[in-house]
Amino acid sequence: MESIYHDADIQKGDAPTKASPTAVPLPNETDFSAVSINHSLEAEEKIRFFSQMLRIRRFEERSLRAYQQGHIGGFLHLYIGQEAVAVGSVSVMSQDDHVITAYRDHGHAIAVGMEMDECMAELYGKKTGCSKGKGGSMHFFAPDKNFWGGHGIVGGQTPLGLGMAYALKTKGTKGACLCFMGDGATNQGSFYESLNLASLWNLPVIYVIENNGYSMGTSESRHSAGEPLARRGEAFDIDWSVHQGHDLYEVRSAIHNALSRARENSRPSVLEIVTYRYRGHSVADPDQTYRSKEEIEEYKENKDPINLFRDKLLKEGVLTDDKIKALDKAAKDEAEASAEFALASPFPDVSELMDDVYWETDNPEEKSSSGTIFFESSR
Amino acid sequence: MAEITYREALNQALSEEISRDSNVVLMGEEVAQFKGSYKVSEGLLEEFGPERIIDTPISEAAFSGLAVGAAMMGMRPVVEFMFWSFSYVAFDQIFNNAASVRYMSGGLVNVPIVFRGPANGGTNVGATHSHTPENFAANTPGLKVICPSTPADAKGMMKAAIRDNDPVCVMENTILYNLKGEVPEDENFIIPLGKARLALEGNDLSIIAHGRSVQVALQVAETLEEKHGVSAEVLDLRSIRPLDLEAILETVKKTNRVLLVEENKPFCGVDAQIAYLIQEHAFDHLDAPVKRISAIDVPQAYSKELENFQIPNHDRVLAKAMELL
Ligand SMILES: Cc1ncc(C[n+]2csc(CCOP(=O)(O)OP(=O)(O)O)c2C)c(N)n1
Ligand SMILES: [Mg+2]
Repeated sequence: MESIYHDADIQKGDAPTKASPTAVPLPNETDFSAVSINHSLEAEEKIRFFSQMLRIRRFEERSLRAYQQGHIGGFLHLYIGQEAVAVGSVSVMSQDDHVITAYRDHGHAIAVGMEMDECMAELYGKKTGCSKGKGGSMHFFAPDKNFWGGHGIVGGQTPLGLGMAYALKTKGTKGACLCFMGDGATNQGSFYESLNLASLWNLPVIYVIENNGYSMGTSESRHSAGEPLARRGEAFDIDWSVHQGHDLYEVRSAIHNALSRARENSRPSVLEIVTYRYRGHSVADPDQTYRSKEEIEEYKENKDPINLFRDKLLKEGVLTDDKIKALDKAAKDEAEASAEFALASPFPDVSELMDDVYWETDNPEEKSSSGTIFFESSR
Repeated sequence: MAEITYREALNQALSEEISRDSNVVLMGEEVAQFKGSYKVSEGLLEEFGPERIIDTPISEAAFSGLAVGAAMMGMRPVVEFMFWSFSYVAFDQIFNNAASVRYMSGGLVNVPIVFRGPANGGTNVGATHSHTPENFAANTPGLKVICPSTPADAKGMMKAAIRDNDPVCVMENTILYNLKGEVPEDENFIIPLGKARLALEGNDLSIIAHGRSVQVALQVAETLEEKHGVSAEVLDLRSIRPLDLEAILETVKKTNRVLLVEENKPFCGVDAQIAYLIQEHAFDHLDAPVKRISAIDVPQAYSKELENFQIPNHDRVLAKAMELL
């Protein structure tokens, strides 16, 4: 599927409108480097985006090993293959913009600036983790970085993103909320209730559907009627468009346009970003029943977001082979160090189990209610 | 009798009931091509085809409600929740619609439906994936709720649930799926809902439990016997609603000391009701206050160190049992 721009909102200098959903996919057919938001980038910034994607990938590869070694339990949903979506999106955010996502959240977490150490330690269930070991892989949070989680229930974050946009608008902040979700998540009812309110109340929320083609083992054609998914926004008079997620420049351009719409007109958007996950749904998914090895290899070969961006930057003369090697080594070392940090960190003590449930039990001096609040517990 | 896993037992029950009654269908996320997230429906798509084994999108509210509507028209859908935690987005369909239609229609309309899936902690999947809502279901007149703890019960009770004319919530357990046990092959092997099972006979103390807590109770009973010379009786409730009050009172009157164990959170949990019933009906038979142990009263922790402590594990149950002696 090619990029389809539905709205007439494209800035001057942006790529031309294409509206042919049946077209054969060709990587990089449109050159988004010419779009103003990309054209104006400094070399340093481009290198930073490249390095962020690389860091996400190396972090996750290291976490996969830690899972296999038994250091990580529960679920581990890897983002490998989708890195340009999180990095590209976050790269055009302002400090007043906010992010919320689903359980496949490591990429977004690192993109917003969370440290590998706190992320890895969370996966290990350690006290030094971003959520003190209480949330796990699916529930990373960093409100100081405008990152509002990590949500385990499919679609559960879609009304929350709406609420963040509502709060921004109510408080008079010129920001927007980027609410990431999967293709499968578009089939939750709460998403449509949210779309209606977003449009009805003119809320600055941007639903970013990261369409990796699968909802667990169910392909898009088996889970969803009507293509493209983003078109569902049309019923609510919401601007929608479809983009290629392997091209960081295209992601930046798409999110930038939607953010402008949100900031200037307080209007929502539905963006569908076509991408791909290389790994199983979670590490526990044997990934053998619903797609072919060839399909995965095909994508890795032709549409790997990191390789494509690397090649662009090589061509632009921004990167050299030596520089790439150095960045990769730094990313690997950082990931390795985070695993060492996580391993060396202590587990939370069982005495801390009861913390963080109610605000006032954590702040007893400001207690405002009386009565028993915990039952048959150790406290 | 063959020794099979809890998972295989459920699979047999589903397969037998789907062949027996053309009104029975199984639907849910990943149940057909993927064979179920936990492989409970392995082989069923091949056996019965996509009209009877149905993959759904992640639309719990819609497919649960669809199943209630179909049940009102005489079908007998079995709805799988990948985890019971995900049923929360379909709360209205289960708790308003399935539970109340019969009553609100003055008995004109039945809802013969099964909602099933795992409901347990202990696997480090965190707060949103570890709910044990048997107390919500049991608190809702119109619903039945069962928590089989052995492969034989999984089969016999699942079959009973599918044949039942009312909505039945079956709470399974991902940790029990691999548990092995003897299971009758008889196609008419049915365990009626509402019949508790004496899992172990004893004299000094009664441990009453449901779901995987029964397995923990049995391990604790073994330790009590070996290390402390205490003979514990273990009663497996099996079914929460209907509840086998008679069996509860019988064991209480026999041992005069009771420990209630559940993986549910404590406040307004199932065992709060059981404790009430015991003091109401057998107060004079108690030699000690009823003791109770459950999951610790906070959202499910991810870190294994915390969660292993949070759930009623062997050591915490044992310590509580010792308080009674
Ligand atoms: C309400 C609910 N139902 C089911 C699940 C189990 N589940 C987790 S992820 C997932 C698939 C989601 O696919 P998609 O939205 O495409 O996101 P992706 O995993 O591809 O990133 C399912 C069925 C869940 N977490 N929540
Ligand atoms: Mg997907």
